[in-house]
Amino acid sequence: MDATVWIPLVWAGVLCLGLMLYVILDGFDLGIGILFPWGRTDQERDLMMNSIAPHWDGNETWLVLAGGGLFAAFPKAYGLLMTALYIPILFMLFALVFRGVAFEFRFKAERSRGVWDVAFNLGSVLAAFFQGAVLGAFIQGIEVTGDRFTGNVMDWLTPFSLMTGFALVCGYALLGACWLALKTEGDLQRWAFEAGQVLMFVVLAWIAMVSIATPLMSAEVARRWFSLPNLFWLLPIPLLTATVGWMLWRALRRHATRAPFVLTIILFGLGAFGLAVSLWPYTVPRAFTLWETAAPPASQGFLLIGAVALLPLILGYTAYNYWVFRGKVRPGAGYH
Amino acid sequence: MSFDPVILARLQFALTIGFHILFPTLTIGLALFLAIVEGMWLRTGRAAYLALYRFWVKIFALSFGMGVVSGVVLSYQFGTNFARFSEVTGNILGPLLGYEVLTAFFLEASFLGVMLFGMNRVPPRLHFLATCIVALGTMISAFWILAASSWMHTPAGYRLVDGIFHVESWPAVIFNPSFFYRFPHMLLASFLTTALVVAGVSARHLQDIRTATVARPAFSVATLALAILAPLQIVMGDLHGLQVQRDQPMKVAAMEGLWETTAGAPLLLFAWPDMAAERNHFEIAIPKLASVILQHDPDGTVLGLKEVEPTDRPLVPIVFFSFRIMVGLGFWFLLLGALGLLLRWRGTLYSSRSYALLCMVSAPLGFIATLAGWIVTETGRQPWIVEGLMRTSESISDVPARAILTTLSLFFAVYGTLLLAYLYYLSKLIRQGPQAPDAAPVYAEPPRTAWM
Repeated sequence: MDATVWIPLVWAGVLCLGLMLYVILDGFDLGIGILFPWGRTDQERDLMMNSIAPHWDGNETWLVLAGGGLFAAFPKAYGLLMTALYIPILFMLFALVFRGVAFEFRFKAERSRGVWDVAFNLGSVLAAFFQGAVLGAFIQGIEVTGDRFTGNVMDWLTPFSLMTGFALVCGYALLGACWLALKTEGDLQRWAFEAGQVLMFVVLAWIAMVSIATPLMSAEVARRWFSLPNLFWLLPIPLLTATVGWMLWRALRRHATRAPFVLTIILFGLGAFGLAVSLWPYTVPRAFTLWETAAPPASQGFLLIGAVALLPLILGYTAYNYWVFRGKVRPGAGYH
Repeated sequence: MSFDPVILARLQFALTIGFHILFPTLTIGLALFLAIVEGMWLRTGRAAYLALYRFWVKIFALSFGMGVVSGVVLSYQFGTNFARFSEVTGNILGPLLGYEVLTAFFLEASFLGVMLFGMNRVPPRLHFLATCIVALGTMISAFWILAASSWMHTPAGYRLVDGIFHVESWPAVIFNPSFFYRFPHMLLASFLTTALVVAGVSARHLQDIRTATVARPAFSVATLALAILAPLQIVMGDLHGLQVQRDQPMKVAAMEGLWETTAGAPLLLFAWPDMAAERNHFEIAIPKLASVILQHDPDGTVLGLKEVEPTDRPLVPIVFFSFRIMVGLGFWFLLLGALGLLLRWRGTLYSSRSYALLCMVSAPLGFIATLAGWIVTETGRQPWIVEGLMRTSESISDVPARAILTTLSLFFAVYGTLLLAYLYYLSKLIRQGPQAPDAAPVYAEPPRTAWM
């Protein structure tokens, strides 16, 4: 096959994988931030934060990879998307800044600790919300004339993007609850199981609503899902989602420690797959495909060699990092 | 009231990158310092080194966190504020930044977790390895970002097709003509800044009997580093200046405040450059010295700003004054390092109160010199974003000025707050000082029952 055909395809795969890893990994630690106010004592909140302190920086790096990878592999899409999504992207970044510094400041603060509790919580909620809104705006499509963005700077803000924003906040909170179930014991863990059950139903409801709204908004998406024989090929996705949802509910009910986290990840994977089906093959939805925005093979290929060689290594030492900090997080298992 | 979106976008980028660079400048050097301290602890087993490590790792973590959050912003700023630039140069700069993420960011982030939280979880040698990997990661990161930045000053290895840059040769892109000057210049700046911070903070701790023993080795290493690095940096700066004169003569003309092309150009100690009148006021000059420095010949010819149209000139006063701040501070560091050597020879390095005071006052000056240097180099490239090929005014996003103004104000508020909070917690850590040496960390095998 021609290099200008398959290299962009591989890159789209790498970026989707990177974005998926970001959503799962930073998802659970943003989720901890979202659930933070429900930590009843200072000690519980310390535990919540300590359970993610050694990992959050690495998790957030996947977002940098997504941004950097898009810039490198699809520079035209990067330029257009960043212009169209200027406001929600910058607000997401502001939110991430506040929540990121809270890790350091909170443990050094005495009187002002509450301030950084709020910064951590609000930062996490808003970062999740704006990420969801960016996703929603992306699904809706970007107004492009010729090679330039010709829409309005506030085009991103619609009922649909608000919906995806709230949906992602709930989704991350569910991931966070499952992480707590895995890493904590006693009262906090029991609470995590209960919160997980509630959040699970909310998340499934959001998934259903987004799945209904997306084909309603675009005839092209509706055709892809509901025409024959596509329907039969794609039918397993909603069916699997329902099955995983049922298994997740059972796992949370019987207080299984690992299964909820794994099942929630599968749930996110199915959702992402569904979105990929709807959005294929656009990098700037309804305007440019991944081939139309791809950097030439000399550029994509150069970085692809590095990505293929280094990503397994990165996954390896990321796994090592999680392995070093395995087991339940203990009170006072403290800061450096 | 109307605003120019180009100016606003540039201000925003200058603010976000200027804020960000403060932290890597410190953490690149500090990571190396921590690796040295931990290595000394492993070798000698002296508890003072461990106490020193535990103190400085807190400052490192605080600064690294600030660097991370402000760095994430930057990876999106190329697109949000300079979308046209991203589309035109993405084929070249994108992969360089991509390699920075792949080779440096993940490495730093993963092993930072072990470095900060893992002392009781991994054996000491493995922990030392984690510290070394983080230190290496910070330098790899600097390598790629300096390659990208240098390419914008001295583009090479490219071919233009329909106004879009395409790569001809990656080695030529990465090792472009200014790279081998700017990369060591930045690393030295980072090490110098760190040496000044460590010397200043340790000088303070020397004054207190409870922290003096622990602070001594740090003060010794830092002042020695200062004495070695300051002259090296001056030589490096001189070499870099020759290269800039070759590749970007108008930047040098702005640095020197030179309007007419002159044989035997004078060095201006002070002047007030007037861009409208195309001349300087209140000049204090040393005859022929600029030619001596730049051409190594008292009668050498240095190109003046009038060689190009007024629209192709950088903002002269900013470049001119920033350059003088940077160079002035460089010589001050040289003096400080030499004084340290003298006191060491006389055996009064730890007891001299006035030298300790000088070090304390100089602690933040490395940051100012580094920022001044960046302002010289980046403002000196204007009006070009890619020297001679793409103008900054053609590079911005199609975002209305009002939107940029809104986010710019937010950046001011957010970064201002953060900087204040950072300085507050930093001064709190410094006031607490290193804890008295106590028992070594207890490394216990963690339970192996669960998979996590």
